[in-house]
Amino acid sequence: MVGITSEPIEPRAIEAKVESPEHGAILTFSGVARNHHQGKSVDHLYYEAYEPMALAEMGKIEAEILERWPAARVAMVHRTGTVAIGEPSVVICVGAAHRVEAYEASRYAIEELKARVPVWKRETYADGTAWIANRS
Amino acid sequence: MNVVVRYFARLRELKGCSEESCTFPAAITAAAAYAALGLPAELPIAFAVNQERVSGDTLLREGDELVFLPPIGGG
Repeated sequence: MVGITSEPIEPRAIEAKVESPEHGAILTFSGVARNHHQGKSVDHLYYEAYEPMALAEMGKIEAEILERWPAARVAMVHRTGTVAIGEPSVVICVGAAHRVEAYEASRYAIEELKARVPVWKRETYADGTAWIANRS
Repeated sequence: MNVVVRYFARLRELKGCSEESCTFPAAITAAAAYAALGLPAELPIAFAVNQERVSGDTLLREGDELVFLPPIGGG
């Protein structure tokens, strides 16, 4: 399951999407708005997405995970719009039989999302704004 | 030839709009369209046509949706 929302993300609700009696591990990664960047204080973040392409790319990542870890389930949701410090901008939940697959699939999901999904982040400081690119 | 161009992030702010219909000469590439619109040459950019990533030398066609992708920052 993949999604993009302008509403606050509730991690527990995303976790529920991957629950199964066959899963011994549920792993939730929350990427959270941080109040600093390279020594500057960040007041808040703003995200925008090219939504149809972002959803399609997230769907491809989900399909790749199901191919590599067939017993795993993944749900990932990205936030758009203004995100306050401390709020999640992305939540990725993986359910798997064992912890090793859960950690591997979760790491795969966030790294691929940051590299491929067309979403942009703008930081707002006391004295201006900047669009921040992920390190490639 | 008419193409719908969508702008995101810094390009959207520079253009002051998120979408516009543009008329180009036939047989223009995605990269040439970017240059023709006077967008910043120093910004590393990727291209998508009809929601698929393409190279800059891809030829545009009537009715295409062209999106310039500045460096992404999701997560």
